[in-house]
Amino acid sequence: MVVKIFVSLKSGVLDPQGKAIERSLHTLGYSEVQDVRMGKYLELNVEASSHEAAESRIREMCEKLLANPVIEDYRFEIEDGTL
Amino acid sequence: MRWGVIVFPGSCDDQDVFDTLKRDMGQKVKFLWHKDDLVGHFDCLVLPGGFSYGDYLRCGAVARFSPIMRGVVEFARQGGLVLGICNGFQILCESGLLPGALVRNAGLQFVCQQVLLRVEETDTPFTCEAKKGQLLKAPVKHGEGCYYADSATLERLRKNHQILLRYVDAKGRASPSANPNGSLDNIAGVCNETRNVFGLMPHPEDACNKLLGSEDGRKIFSSIAVTCAQREHRHA
Repeated sequence: MVVKIFVSLKSGVLDPQGKAIERSLHTLGYSEVQDVRMGKYLELNVEASSHEAAESRIREMCEKLLANPVIEDYRFEIEDGTL
Repeated sequence: MRWGVIVFPGSCDDQDVFDTLKRDMGQKVKFLWHKDDLVGHFDCLVLPGGFSYGDYLRCGAVARFSPIMRGVVEFARQGGLVLGICNGFQILCESGLLPGALVRNAGLQFVCQQVLLRVEETDTPFTCEAKKGQLLKAPVKHGEGCYYADSATLERLRKNHQILLRYVDAKGRASPSANPNGSLDNIAGVCNETRNVFGLMPHPEDACNKLLGSEDGRKIFSSIAVTCAQREHRHA
C-alpha cells in the first residue's frame, strides 16, 4: 500500500522559509496569502497485512526518524489500492 | 587522557579537531569510524562538524542511527565526556542526548563569521578553565544553527544552568544583533542535566591558533583535559 506522510513544523517554531515564500507571493501580487508554512512530503510503498498493522509501523517510523517531535508534527494517509 | 573523534560520512571538521588536539594541544587523539562499535578506552568523544549523510531529512537525523552511536549513548550514560560541535551538536540533539533542536537560520543565509561568546557557567567539565562572563572569540559556519526548545524546556535549561554559551556583542550583551542565526535566547551551547554532554554551534577547534585569529577555543579543550586529569588522579 502507498503511504503519504506530511511533516510540518510545530506552530511555535520559526519558519523563515515559509516567511520568504510568503513575501515572494506578495511581491507577485497574491496579497490574499498569509501564514505560509513549509513542510515535507514523503511517499512510501509499504507491505503490510492490514491497514492497522501498517498504521502502527508508520507511526513508529515517524516518531523514530521521519519527524523530530521536538520541532515537527506529522500526519499520514494510507492508500490501500495502487497509485 | 585519550580523545576520540568520530568520523561520519560527510564530516568535514574531523581533521580540524584532530589536528588542533594533536598539534596545538599536544593531546592523544584517535579517529573513530561511525560504522564501528566503540571499543577501547576514551575520556572524551568529539562529534565534529560537517554535513553527515548530506544533512538529508534533517541535520544529524541519519547519523544518530550510525552503529557507533549506541556506544556513544552508553558512554555518556556512564558519565563519559561527549562534545558535539556544529553538526555534532545537531546529532546530539537528534539522539536525545541534548535537549532542543537546531533549525534553519532565521535569516535563511549560511553564516560564516567570527562571533563572540559569553561563558555563562563554569561548573562544567567543558568550561571550568574559563571565567564566568568571559568572552571567547570563535567562528561559526552553518546554515541550520538556530537553537530551538519549547518554553518548558527553556525554563528547565535556565533553572538547571545548562546554557553554557551565549552569542554576545563586544560589550558582552546578548543582543539581537549579536545573534548570528536567530537562536532562542542567544543560545550558542547547552549541556545535559548531568553536565557531561555539551553541544555548541561555534567551532572552538578553529580558534586555537594565532594564525586563525583566536586562541580562545583552547579554554574548552583545556577545561576537558583538566577535568580528565582530575578524574584520573581520583581513580589512581
